[in-house]
This record gives sequence, structure tokens and C-alpha cells, in this order.
Amino acid sequence: MEVPILKQGDFLIATFQAALTDEDLLQLQDALVARVGRFRSRGVIVDVTALDVMDSFAARTLRALAHMVRLRGAETVIVGIQPEVAFAMVQLGLSLEGVPTALDLEEGLAQLMKAAERKGATFRGR
Amino acid sequence: MSKSNKDNEVKKAPEPVRGETTAALLRELVSHLRQNRTQLRQEWAKRITEAKLLTAMSQEEIFAEATAVYDNYVEALETGTFEALQGYARNLSERIIPRGVETHEVVGIVLLLRDVLARSLFAKYQHDFALLNRILDAYEPAANRIANTVAVGFVQERERTIRQQQEAIRELSTPVLQVRERLLILPIIGVIDPQRSRQLTEQLLRGIRTNRAKVVVIDITGVAAMDSNVANGLVQTVEASRLLGATVIVTGLSPEIAQTLVTIGVDLTKMNTVGDLQGGIEEAERLLGYKAVPVSALSESSLKS
Repeated sequence: MEVPILKQGDFLIATFQAALTDEDLLQLQDALVARVGRFRSRGVIVDVTALDVMDSFAARTLRALAHMVRLRGAETVIVGIQPEVAFAMVQLGLSLEGVPTALDLEEGLAQLMKAAERKGATFRGR
Repeated sequence: MSKSNKDNEVKKAPEPVRGETTAALLRELVSHLRQNRTQLRQEWAKRITEAKLLTAMSQEEIFAEATAVYDNYVEALETGTFEALQGYARNLSERIIPRGVETHEVVGIVLLLRDVLARSLFAKYQHDFALLNRILDAYEPAANRIANTVAVGFVQERERTIRQQQEAIRELSTPVLQVRERLLILPIIGVIDPQRSRQLTEQLLRGIRTNRAKVVVIDITGVAAMDSNVANGLVQTVEASRLLGATVIVTGLSPEIAQTLVTIGVDLTKMNTVGDLQGGIEEAERLLGYKAVPVSALSESSLKS
């Protein structure tokens, strides 16, 4: 199942609707990295609220995705990790090191905007 | 009926003829107990009082319970099924455990009833020793099973109560408190075992979710000792909180704990530590963009402007 990627001003938002296969994840990663360049986005939000399990491949892909997006000049925030998922991930040692996280979409947007403001950006399209 | 019959048949396998009469004997026994219900019940209640059992209960209560137990007892003897009695025992335990009734008292009263009934059988059949013997053969296994059932029911109920209380104490022992919008504190006091560490993490994560917290201060001033397991648990708590978007500040590490952690080489680089709870809250407020200012300074500056 393909993950829809929404463009909201300077940001891209990808919301997981259900558990993804490994190919879907890689496809999402490629699509996001490509679109960050095409839309000149400043930030990417990956919303995983709907996931009730996160395996090592998903965690690794998200981490890689965040690093790639950073190299393309934007920030990534993972939002909506469920408490149980967080607990399981930490026990498995998948702690998404170096990737910003936030409670939900709202928080994630606020965090990205703050980061962009620090860089002295002005927002377009508003 | 059939159940106790079978039990007795199994026990008396070498003498199948007697196995058949066991049911008849039990029937006779039950009708005897029914006939002398009032008198035997009173005798039993008297013996309970004499033995100073169930002191937490009043005379009337003892008599009422004794009646119910007696009837259940006779019924169990008659039908050979113990479910009703088991249910009653559980129900009774539920009522009397909070009043401080002890295991030995419950076992004591059931054994007393067994004795009282056996005595009455002696009195009735003393002229015919062989018959008395057979009656007792039928009565004793059933009576022992009843005593067993009641005692086990009581102990199980007690264990259940204890488990419940342990659970309650655990819940209470890790309060997650909101001190300011988006700021939680989690004071930890006492010993942290793996189970508590796990529960603590779960509760904190739930708290972060419901309070939409951004910063959490974990205060471990009240933790006397820490080993590598507990330290790793703490690191995991910090990481899991971060995955939910909250920053964790750990405060109140005692010199001993600091020394142990460094000695055993736990990787604490990811942990944000501040000396005491006050410092931790100040740091948290700074992260959240608050600043505590004395009221006097505030009114002066607002007057000026």
C-alpha cells in the first residue's frame, strides 16, 4: 500500500495508514527524498500513529530517511509513536538515534517551524 | 452424588460390595444431619465461641454463617459436588478477610464442625460398632475433602487480595505528576526492581501521552542504590520518552550512585542530568521557555512600562 504524501506549505506530511511492507517503506523513502528537492521543502513529517508495531527494518529505514532528507537540506520529524511501540523499540535497541521525534502532528509542525525560524527563514505560501 | 460415589468406589476398589453401600450410608448420614440440624448447629456455634475462634465477628454473625456453612456442608455430603461449597467459601472469604479473620480460624471452624458431626455419629451408632465404622468410612473422606475445599478457597481468596493490594501499592508508588503545562515530574522512591522499572516506564509513557508533556523530570533522590540493570532500565525509559517527543532530565543522583554508574560503565551520555530537583525544574522551565521572576521585580517593571 502506498503512503500518501501531502504538501502543506513548506512541509511534506506522510501518514502511515497501516503496517507497511519493506518495499513500501523503501518506496516511501525514495518518494520523500525526491519530493523534498522538487518542492524545495524545509521539513518532512512522518506520522506513524497508526502503527502498533515497528520492526528493525522500519526503524532503520526511517533513520536513513531522516539522514538523507537532512543531506537534502530539510529536517525530518517522526510523530505519533505509541507508548507501547516506544517501549518495545527501546527494548529491541531501535532508538532512532539522531532523529527528532514529537508527540503528534501538531507538535511536529511546531518543532519544524521553530527549527526553520532559527535558520532565519520566512515562510512562503501563507 | 455420582462423583462422591465414584471417589469412594475408587478408594474401596478391593471391596466393591461396600462401595455400593457407601451411597446409601451417606444418604442415611445426610438425613441424620438434617434431622438434628438445629441442635448440631447450636453445638457447633458454641464450640466455636469456646475455642475463641472468629473473635472479629459477633455472636449473631457467627450463628448466621454457621447455619449457611452447615447447610452447604450437608449439601456437599449429599450431592458429592463441591462447586456450590467452593463458591460459598470464596464468597465467605471475601467478606471475612477484610475483618482480619485468619487462616487458622477458618480451618479451625471447619474441623470443629467435622468433630461435632463425628461425635453425633458416635452417639447415634454406639450400639452397633460395625455400622459406626462403615458410616465413618463413608463420612471421613467426604468431610476431609470439604475441609480441604474450604481451606484452599480461603487461602486462594487471601492470595488474590494480597496480589490486588500489591498492584495498588505499585500503582501508588510511581506517581506521574504534572507541575506545569507540558512538564511532568516523576519522583522515584525506594528500590527499583525490573518489574517496577517496567511499570514505571509504562506509566510515564502513558502520562506523556495524556498530558502532552514536552519535558519530564525524573527525580531519583529517594533511590538508595542502583545496579547496571536498573541503570539500563532508566536509559531505556529516557529513550522511549524521547520517541514520544519528550525530553527527560534526571535529577538527584547521589554521589554513591554516580560512582557506581561510572565504575560499572553504564553509557549515560544520552542522559540529561541535573544536581537536584530544583535545578531540574529550572532547567525544564528554561527548555519550555518559562522564567520564574520574583513578584516584586515584576510589579516594578510593569509599573515602569
